[in-house]
Amino acid sequence: MTELSQVNAPIYEALRRFRRMRVVPFDVPGHKRGRGNMELTEFLGEDCMNVDVNSMKPLDNLCHPVSVIKDAEMLAAQAFGAANAFFMVGGTTSAVQSMIMYACKEGDKIIMPRNVHRSAINALILTGAVPVYVNPDVNKQLGIALGMSVSQVEQAIRENPDAKAIMVNNPTYYGICSDLSRITELAHAHGMLVLVDEAHGTHFYFGDGFPVTAMAAGADIASVSMHKSGGSLTQSSFLLMGERVNADYMRQVINLTQTTSASYLLLSSLDISRKRLALSGKEIFAQTVEMAEYARSEINDIGGYYAYSRELINGDSIFDFDVSKLSVFTLPVGLAGIEVYDLLRDEYDIQIEFGDIGNILAYISVGDRKRDIERLISAMSEIKRRFGRTGADMLSHEYIAPVVTEAPRKAFYADKVSVPLEESAGKVCTEFVMCYPPGIPILAPGELITKEIIEYIRYAKEKGCQMTGTEDINIERLNVLK
Amino acid sequence: MELWFTERHTPNVNFSIKVDHQLYSGNSEFQRIDVFDSKEFGRFLTLDGYMMLTEKDEFIYHEMITHVPMAVHPNPRNILVIGAGDGGVVRELTRYTSVESIDLVEIDELVVEVSKKYLPTTACRLDDERVHIYYEDGVKFIRRCENKYDVIIVDSTDPFGPGEGLFTKEFYGSCFKALREDGIMVNQHESPFYAEDAAAMQRSHKRIVESFPISRVYQAHIPTYPSGHWLFGFASKKYHPVRDYEPTKWSMLGIKTKYYNTKLHCGAFALPNYVEEMLRDVE
Repeated sequence: MTELSQVNAPIYEALRRFRRMRVVPFDVPGHKRGRGNMELTEFLGEDCMNVDVNSMKPLDNLCHPVSVIKDAEMLAAQAFGAANAFFMVGGTTSAVQSMIMYACKEGDKIIMPRNVHRSAINALILTGAVPVYVNPDVNKQLGIALGMSVSQVEQAIRENPDAKAIMVNNPTYYGICSDLSRITELAHAHGMLVLVDEAHGTHFYFGDGFPVTAMAAGADIASVSMHKSGGSLTQSSFLLMGERVNADYMRQVINLTQTTSASYLLLSSLDISRKRLALSGKEIFAQTVEMAEYARSEINDIGGYYAYSRELINGDSIFDFDVSKLSVFTLPVGLAGIEVYDLLRDEYDIQIEFGDIGNILAYISVGDRKRDIERLISAMSEIKRRFGRTGADMLSHEYIAPVVTEAPRKAFYADKVSVPLEESAGKVCTEFVMCYPPGIPILAPGELITKEIIEYIRYAKEKGCQMTGTEDINIERLNVLK
Repeated sequence: MELWFTERHTPNVNFSIKVDHQLYSGNSEFQRIDVFDSKEFGRFLTLDGYMMLTEKDEFIYHEMITHVPMAVHPNPRNILVIGAGDGGVVRELTRYTSVESIDLVEIDELVVEVSKKYLPTTACRLDDERVHIYYEDGVKFIRRCENKYDVIIVDSTDPFGPGEGLFTKEFYGSCFKALREDGIMVNQHESPFYAEDAAAMQRSHKRIVESFPISRVYQAHIPTYPSGHWLFGFASKKYHPVRDYEPTKWSMLGIKTKYYNTKLHCGAFALPNYVEEMLRDVE
């Protein structure tokens, strides 16, 4: 048996061996290599259906890995510079929830920025952990929440020496990074674990010149969306752990909520993508950055739009910037980000990642072609020519710092009543309100509803943001504490 | 020995030409380029295996894509040609003395080199002093142009591959911006016959209609293109292709043509009912 290296992909190799064995299936899935569901097989392809199989000895079991999955996880850990790595099949959402459930029991405090993904606040509802929010710095011009400033983290630690962990969102959706190394030092000096939502940072581990990774900064646990910049299938993700984390206990935590029928499509996609990035990540991400930089300079040349980059760096709340991100501030052309987002799709058949009130984000990856980048730039130029206005009536949008009055879990499970949005000011919300994407809550359970927030929600709805999270699917009513 | 060039016109229809010998084969950054010689069609150029032109029937395409807009515009001086690295459109354009400058934007330099070497029939006027060649993506080039051209000719390949961007709304919008207030854009508009080509034709017509106040379609018969029935788009800010057309004025120029004439100009805009219907569906 030769030793495994990054050229191997143990799960992928096992699936290929398994396919050659032509095993007769008297187990699930019931489609039996696709033969039992021909329409689906025609749509997805026979190759795909052939490897949609169940856990079994030759293919290992994600809940209790002892062979090929264990090997694949070991290779992934090596590739990411982690002590241990787990394959995740419930999206980075499940990775984020697992790391919080590992670090906190009911009543434990966790320091986190308020602009986290909903998955983190969901985990607070599940565990009963109590958030200590560090309000992120805000860039007033762009209206976006930034990273955590070190001094604010210091203050939060001082005021809450009993907190069990600090969670950092790094990089943010917009590509903004905090001073992860310094925050990790501070946290460790006070006996706290550092959990990093690194959903948008897979490429930091493989490309040159990117901001520091969670593992390199010495953080304890990181959730990495391999399916974003890493090229694996949607919903597949990695959970990375440093030396201080008990991986076997972590597996038990993950198994509390994870499926027992993990999809081998997802697992093999993680395995193959890890191999690909380990072998050629440098070139792949150099190309991505080159395209992003080109698009940025061309978009800035159009005038009005502002495609921002490293010039925002301020040494603290914007400690670093991910140049593979193409984030563009659109208000100067008189259009909300969400309007540009909709126009790109409806008028020009171009789908971008998201638009918020003031910004859009176009996701650039190695799968992009130069000519598609040209189309995006031209479409933005045309949108300015055809739809641009003087930016008079735009809501000067800013991140709204929430007032937390109850722990999320307490508020979520409390007795509540439904009231019309307009009459909800001054009450405590018991549910989420957010635009998706990016899925960062405007309101989370336990937070005070203010006039300002109601106005923001109304404006975002009017501009066409896709609002989610509330029981009332139309967001006309909110559930509040009785 | 028999050597045949075959292009798949649909999954169920092939078109073949017996090849005498192959003159060139090479790959550029963008595509595979081949030049063949044949008894029936003379030399012909293919890109990624798709027929671009043959010596025998290229005059139809090049005359129709060039003379129609040039005859409608009263004083075309500054011309932009996108694609057309084979030089056929430029050859026709250089016959107009009113023309002061021709900007040719071709993404693939190798197409021009190969054409100069093997296709002198079309590439013969690329050295005319009014011609400026830019090797660049047309979508990018035109983004920066404003109120600059009288006529834009979009001699694109198909709506897949490197020419894809030349069938998009952002491109047509950029062309509108690049034209003067009475400018005309003409484009290669695919065929209405086979289902897939027809869908591309409709998509592109819809986008042009949304970008220009006047948008008409005209036809020609091109034997080596799928189905032989080919369309061109005439998009204009001011001039109607038939009502504002002055045949005598064009005849006075004394340009000798093999396909185009003033009666055919008007006739080409009369389309079969099924084509009219397809166009109406997206207007």
